[in-house]
Amino acid sequence: MNALDYGFFALCTVLVIAGGIITVGARNPIRGALGLLATIVGIAGMYLMLAAEFLAAVQIMVYAGAVVVLFLFVIMLLGPSSMSGRDTQGWSARYLAAAIFIGASAFAIFLLQRASPGLTPLPPANPALGTIEGLGRELFTTALMPFEISSALLLVAVVGAVAVARGRQPDPTMLTERRGAADAGLEPGHDGGISVGAPPSTPLPGPLHDAVAKESAS
Amino acid sequence: MTSPIPLEYFLGVAAALFLVGSVGFLLRRNLLVLLMSIELMLNAVNLTLVAYNRFHPQNHGGQVFAFFVIAVAAAEAAVGLAIVLSFFRVKRTVRSDEADLLRN
Repeated sequence: MNALDYGFFALCTVLVIAGGIITVGARNPIRGALGLLATIVGIAGMYLMLAAEFLAAVQIMVYAGAVVVLFLFVIMLLGPSSMSGRDTQGWSARYLAAAIFIGASAFAIFLLQRASPGLTPLPPANPALGTIEGLGRELFTTALMPFEISSALLLVAVVGAVAVARGRQPDPTMLTERRGAADAGLEPGHDGGISVGAPPSTPLPGPLHDAVAKESAS
Repeated sequence: MTSPIPLEYFLGVAAALFLVGSVGFLLRRNLLVLLMSIELMLNAVNLTLVAYNRFHPQNHGGQVFAFFVIAVAAAEAAVGLAIVLSFFRVKRTVRSDEADLLRN
């Protein structure tokens, strides 16, 4: 049991750290997104070990099912130009980053040692911790107000994402009305005057009309 | 339900993941990778919150907070990727140091 727990923890740790390093270091953003996926799966496994079953399910659904897929959609939409050449900074910045990494790691380990000499075992959890019932009761009593506000946040995010990603485009209703009028051979401005100063319509020149005229003549 | 793994191991993994994410955010220039680094850091914070909630198992404060962090992260990813698309439409690249439209 003990060895099984440690083995699962080691597996999740490898997934999390290796996935994070792949995410940060990969030149191809698709590999980065798959590294992010590995990290998320590892974190979900750690949630399972920490008696947070519902959060593990939410993590898989929201992150692996929505966020990573959204990243992959955008990467594939951008195509090869999502891979920017000469991506990282110069060597001095790399050494600086490595120094910051090692220094901050040492400082964190030092702080942990100071805060608690020896390792603190986790206390036994009550069986309601992390279940849907327990978390839902907390969510709808104590945290009801932030819950409702987060719904407004998600709505604003949806509207904002659509508005920002769509950009400035011509009004599609005007476009289809004008095209429909041209296809039907109607005079523009016939219905309601959408294009008031347009010249009177002439039969469209072009290969299509020539072909039609030849066919009707023969 | 007892766990043989001490609290510090989870905190150490979360700290390492946060460091990896922050180094990636500082070092990379690809906007997509920057957004992914933000996701890594948010995940590390979530892991810390859940680990401390397991350490104080009387209520669900940490897990509820992690739940809201997940919601905000999803919204942030959607809006951030929309901004990346809009930026790509203007500049035809995703390098973050090309974003100099406000520089005079």
